[in-house]
Amino acid sequence: MSVLVGKNTRVVGQGITGKAGTQHALNNIAYGTNYVAAVTPGKGGGKWEDKLPIFNSVHDAVAKEGANTSVIFVPPPFAADGILEAIDAGIELIICITEGIPVRDMTAVKDALIKTGGKTRLIGPNCPGIMTPGECNIGIMPGYIAQPGKVGVVSRSGTLTYEAMYQLTVRGYGQSTCIGIGGDPINGTSHIDAVKLFNEDPATEAIILIGEIGGSAEEEAAAYIKEHVKKPVAAFIAGTTAPPGRRMGHAGAIVSGSSGSAETKIAALKDAGIAVAPTPSEIGETLLSIYS
Amino acid sequence: MNIHEYQAKELFTEFGIAVPAGKAAQSESDFEAALSAIEGDTVVVKSQIHAGGRGKGTFTDGFKGGVKVLPRAEAIDVAKKMLGNTLVTHQTGPEGREVKTVYFTEASAIQKEYYLAILLDRATSKPVIIASTEGGMDIETVADETPEKIIRVIIDPATGIMPFHKRQIAFGLGLTEKAQLKQLDKFLTGLYDMFWDKDCSMVEINPLITTPEGDILALDAKVNFDSNALFRHPEIVALRDLGEEDPKEVKASDTGLSYIALDGNIACLVNGAGLAMATMDIIKHFGGNPANFLDVGGGANADQVTEAFKIILSDPNVKGILVNIFGGIMSCKTIADGIIEAAKNVDITVPLVVRLEGNSVAEGKQALTDSGLALTPADSLSDAAQKIVKLVAEA
Repeated sequence: MSVLVGKNTRVVGQGITGKAGTQHALNNIAYGTNYVAAVTPGKGGGKWEDKLPIFNSVHDAVAKEGANTSVIFVPPPFAADGILEAIDAGIELIICITEGIPVRDMTAVKDALIKTGGKTRLIGPNCPGIMTPGECNIGIMPGYIAQPGKVGVVSRSGTLTYEAMYQLTVRGYGQSTCIGIGGDPINGTSHIDAVKLFNEDPATEAIILIGEIGGSAEEEAAAYIKEHVKKPVAAFIAGTTAPPGRRMGHAGAIVSGSSGSAETKIAALKDAGIAVAPTPSEIGETLLSIYS
Repeated sequence: MNIHEYQAKELFTEFGIAVPAGKAAQSESDFEAALSAIEGDTVVVKSQIHAGGRGKGTFTDGFKGGVKVLPRAEAIDVAKKMLGNTLVTHQTGPEGREVKTVYFTEASAIQKEYYLAILLDRATSKPVIIASTEGGMDIETVADETPEKIIRVIIDPATGIMPFHKRQIAFGLGLTEKAQLKQLDKFLTGLYDMFWDKDCSMVEINPLITTPEGDILALDAKVNFDSNALFRHPEIVALRDLGEEDPKEVKASDTGLSYIALDGNIACLVNGAGLAMATMDIIKHFGGNPANFLDVGGGANADQVTEAFKIILSDPNVKGILVNIFGGIMSCKTIADGIIEAAKNVDITVPLVVRLEGNSVAEGKQALTDSGLALTPADSLSDAAQKIVKLVAEA
């Protein structure tokens, strides 16, 4: 068991005919992920890497190959259009890897997602993707650092996710599903959404939550955990030393006034009884101090 | 991306947002013409830098005040003192910023000051207008101490700003006069349209004023743009003032690196924004001080790593470097080759600690050892942070 992706996942790759998209999609397929189609407008009728049919639209990929999940590697100016097309085509799960989508475009995407009434979920944008170890890996996460297991990992940062997964794996603990929710101010799936999924998943026994400065998603997740989650939760928040008002790489990583700071997030997490790792080196150990 | 007040007010004018008449000048020879473009016996002379607190700032030669209200006859002398001078405010840091533009505006009689801003509300993913009767003050202080004095109105982008939104703001601010409501209506429509059309991430007016005649004017203007949307706004990119940005940060963004200068002495070079922040944090955790945020991204090649080292080492405060790479898809060997190549082109004279983890880590470490480079290898991030803090302390 796992959340969101598994053996029934049928992936259509939007924009995977580009160089980076091709490489990552090939890695995903080598991991065992079931890609069924590629979509690149204007290239319909062709073959991708001698493996997959290319369609002009996501609608065609859904109708002809039964795609239910989409991964998006479309460049930023066109990525929101790609997400909206996937929503319109009835895709259930969209994973958008693209970094640099304008906020204004994402307000339209968010609106469209809400109007699906939960039928479509978006992960990202500006994220490393999602992986259920041993079954399905969609995006740019390195498969070899993971192993099947019972810890759910949710994170706004790619490389910090890898740190946490690796720290667990080398200690002999696997992961149920790892979700990179992305570093943008508007995203499809928040910490709280991922925590809910892990909480309801019988195969997930413990949760690691990795956050960073900016917004209040971590505080909201903390409040939910305090109220509803009995499973052990460990967390790490990046950005204690970030100066206010500066955007730290990720578009969403900015402290404005007193809101969004690492201190307020860590305080909220601790108040919810969550074990907060003092350094990024101790994320795995911190979870294992409360879960074995 | 930020722009200057005078540029922001020119944009305001385009969108029908009322501002005091003004004219900017970049050289002394243009002062006379700029001044004669505005009216009144009293005028305002404003230093143009990308930092707040200008009025209370002090120039490095001791001259006080980056914004002056004075008789027209004194304006040019004061403007001359500002131009080319370096203004230090609570936001510039002790080094201050050189004033390269002076803005002359008409002086406005103030009946009351208000606060008005528009930005993205992350909780709803929609624009929010924030207004307050407490103008001229730090809005965060108002929000903390008297939250009831903050009006928040969320706008649905599907409809844009509606009359009822504008009524909520007007009545919330206590404005009831018919002529004033009409002015505010036009003002708010312009503000929202500008925010939306130009892909702003924030527009802040502090203070917004009413005059004794009942007019509504934006006395100050602070505008930020979503840098991800600049590709569709060449007219905004043209307003960028590179002189206001750290040259190291400009160089980094040109090379596809994400770099932010800080005031510590341990530089870091990391892949991934989250891990880069966490690396700064762990340096501080073990008693050191990070000199920068630097994310080389997921596909860092030898050229980028070389450029990253050059940028780091151009900061004279740097006394040590921590390289922290978690090779995901990318092989650690590639990164190691990048470091070796960079070391050939850049003279690294400070202690260097390298922590590699992930894909092909053994080959990466071996390549570093074989290169004969003077560096200290580390096994984990905490090991690396402790080693660099110790080496810098001993140096």
